[in-house]
Amino acid sequence: MMSVEYAVDKELNLRGEVCPYTFVKSKLALEVMQPGQVLRVIVDNDESASNVPRSMQNEGHNVLGVERLNAKDWQIVVRKV
Amino acid sequence: MSGETSVKLAHLHAPIAELDFSEEDIRRYSRHIVLPEVGGIGQKRLNRASVLIVGAGGLGSPVAMYLAAAGVGKIGIVDSDIVDISNLQRQILHTTADVGRKKVESARETLLALNPGVDVVPHDIRLNASNILDILKDYDVVAEGSDNFPTKFLVNDACVMTKTPLSMAGIFRFSGQILTVVPGEGPCYRCFIPQPPPPGAIPSCQEAGVFGAMAGVVGIIQATEVIKLILGKGDVLNGRFLLFEALQMRFEPIEVKRNPDCPVCSEAPSITELIDYDIACDMQQSAAG
Repeated sequence: MMSVEYAVDKELNLRGEVCPYTFVKSKLALEVMQPGQVLRVIVDNDESASNVPRSMQNEGHNVLGVERLNAKDWQIVVRKV
Repeated sequence: MSGETSVKLAHLHAPIAELDFSEEDIRRYSRHIVLPEVGGIGQKRLNRASVLIVGAGGLGSPVAMYLAAAGVGKIGIVDSDIVDISNLQRQILHTTADVGRKKVESARETLLALNPGVDVVPHDIRLNASNILDILKDYDVVAEGSDNFPTKFLVNDACVMTKTPLSMAGIFRFSGQILTVVPGEGPCYRCFIPQPPPPGAIPSCQEAGVFGAMAGVVGIIQATEVIKLILGKGDVLNGRFLLFEALQMRFEPIEVKRNPDCPVCSEAPSITELIDYDIACDMQQSAAG
């Protein structure tokens, strides 16, 4: 549960998408953003909610939070480094 | 090599502000996109690049297939030959059903089946001093895999003169050699071998034979070098002549410096015009492809 709200520069709705393409599409979105900008990604499966943040951290980005939105959906907030 | 130094590569290394891949391309190239050294930006560079492959034979086959698989946007294939059954021991672009067909047609069919998103341009010709510059102007990088020294020297000279990065390779029996020429940044082929060997000096591949899998190993190294040139990543074989001995499974890089007296790439070159060496005896050369 994120206790802090971040100003989001871009939102990516990846409901219906599966691993590894949730990470691939998140990575593509971040690539053309500026360092310091914030991306919010919405996914609807637990695997992506786990894998995307981990992969983003492995790439060196700051995962600001991972939050369940409802029974299915998760939001992942990442700041590009 | 920084990858940013060749004039011809400069347009590929310009900043990219948008990554508008189709859903299919995101999936097709996903294993590239997730690589930090490639990413969507690198994949776009590959999609925008154009590579000329000289020879649709033993070396040209794996080069062409891996460049098409990587999504190189435009692949030119130069070859005037027809598929012969003796080719199929190593020239994996072609199949038994292609015997008797033009190699460039067979190659185009194979590559488009692998990746219909690339543009494959057949050049059903033999390169010579009169036609090569007109063909080269449409390409960013060249991969040379012909089966004769006259063509190798012609391609080297033309690439030096037009500042076109070049991957040169040859195979013979169980040996292979690969060099990457980045004009102005390191040695060219003539810095190492100033003149073609005289006809008959070295046995032909028909007489001496060539181990089929050599074509795969060496050609794929060429494809790797070309992709790295396009991406501007890693260190290419610029100033390193890589020797491969398959029986011993040994790779040996030999340092090659720019020859200050090189007839083509020195400050005062003695060769300033392209040369058509005698190719009538090219099958007497050992530069098997």
